[in-house]
Amino acid sequence: MNEEKNYFGELFAGVKSLCIGLKTTMREFFTKKITEQYPENRDTLVMFDRFRGSLVMPHNENNEHKCVGCGLCEMACPNGTINVKSEFYETEDGKKKKRLVKYEYNLGACMFCQLCTRACPHDAITFDQSFENAVFDRSKLVKVLNQEGSKVQEK
Amino acid sequence: MFFDFSKVTNWLHGWLTGFMPEWGAILTESALVLLAIIALYAVFAIIMIYMERKICAAFQCRLGPMRVGPWGLLQVFSDVFKMLTKEIVNLRKTDMFLHNLAPFLVVSASMITFACLPWNKGAHIIDFNVGVFFFLAVSSIGVVGILLAGWSSNNKYALIGAMRSGAQIISYELSIGLTMLTMICMTGTMSFSEICMQQYEHGWNIFRGHVPAVLAFIIYLIAGNAECNRGPFDLPESESELTAGYHTEYSGMHFGYYYLAEFMNLFICAGMASTIFLGGWAPLQIPGLEGFNDIMSAIPGAVWFLGKTFFVIFLLMWLRWTFPRLRIDQILSLEWKYLVPISMLNLILMALAVSFGLYF
Repeated sequence: MNEEKNYFGELFAGVKSLCIGLKTTMREFFTKKITEQYPENRDTLVMFDRFRGSLVMPHNENNEHKCVGCGLCEMACPNGTINVKSEFYETEDGKKKKRLVKYEYNLGACMFCQLCTRACPHDAITFDQSFENAVFDRSKLVKVLNQEGSKVQEK
Repeated sequence: MFFDFSKVTNWLHGWLTGFMPEWGAILTESALVLLAIIALYAVFAIIMIYMERKICAAFQCRLGPMRVGPWGLLQVFSDVFKMLTKEIVNLRKTDMFLHNLAPFLVVSASMITFACLPWNKGAHIIDFNVGVFFFLAVSSIGVVGILLAGWSSNNKYALIGAMRSGAQIISYELSIGLTMLTMICMTGTMSFSEICMQQYEHGWNIFRGHVPAVLAFIIYLIAGNAECNRGPFDLPESESELTAGYHTEYSGMHFGYYYLAEFMNLFICAGMASTIFLGGWAPLQIPGLEGFNDIMSAIPGAVWFLGKTFFVIFLLMWLRWTFPRLRIDQILSLEWKYLVPISMLNLILMALAVSFGLYF
């Protein structure tokens, strides 16, 4: 008797679970499709927030960045992707201070681990959403992130 | 009132016999029908491959082929041309004769069953008093081709695939036979044209036979899906375990024949479902609604038949892209422990319904 109960119980439970599966796929059939038709939709394509395209150093409207040239990102990078050149200069009141001269970033060696952005104490660098990074020459992958004539943002 | 295709065929026969002997006319007509079957076979295969890819994509939240031609319409054509240009590789240590024969057996079996479908009123190609028997018998030739393919390939994966396919098709043939028997029990005839004519006059079988007919329809869909080696029952060619199953060693158009036959078997399975359960070419008629019935009758039978067939194909594709693949023991226990007893009970139910006149 128990076996018969199992037989029919399993049969109806099976049919029920199959129907749930069918319902789910039928709902999926009518949902909006997630495929991105890339080259056609490049104008409207929006990457998701956490996407790591390439490393950038945001500048404000006065051509100022937040990098103080401490080199923590350079030390954090496991691949030696970042090369920070900084110099000491004397301020008007006679103090010695460090400032950024050149921030070199080699996109070709970057593995997008985000350790540099985590290490940065001033949030000076971040990853943007641009991903069209292909070039014909590897030397073009080495980018200078600080803009011409930019200086550090005063607090 | 309803368009009868036999007018066309009778006119053609009359015109041909006007200037050639009777046997010449019949020979010419046979050649024309053959051409028509082969052309339709190819056209429907192309439509169905495109449909399958699009529907599969939609179930997986994708768009499917979009690049070749508008909405990817030319994708299948380019695939076919690619297939035609590929080399047919003859392997050493295979049984060459059987290896080359097998795809033709599979494809000819599915072409003969394709010819059994009722396309329109008066457009039955193969139609005689034991049509259902003939259909069941011929559809089993395909399994010979599959077994030969597995055996002659001299490849253990191909052989395992073929053996699984054999076990599966022979088992599910039983369910298909029983469900067809259930419906024959109600219609009282095995001729496809008469089955369709009855449904034209009295309404579709699935409505006439109510509970047992609906049960038989569901069992037929499951068994038919297994018969086509598709859906959750595609373990004869399970890619992850057996590379491609019985057609592992085939290339070029020989592989193409298997591919074609697989898709067309789906079409034939769906076409049979629409013939036996959904009325074939018979339009939807609701007693009492004269205007509605007239509009429905104005639609040609071929459109009705294809509409129903593609509806059933959609149901089968829905099944296919929903469920994961079964194991061989699960497939056999589904058939022998569940489907066969249920369809036998269903046959008894239908016999009772018929003998007490409990159908419409």
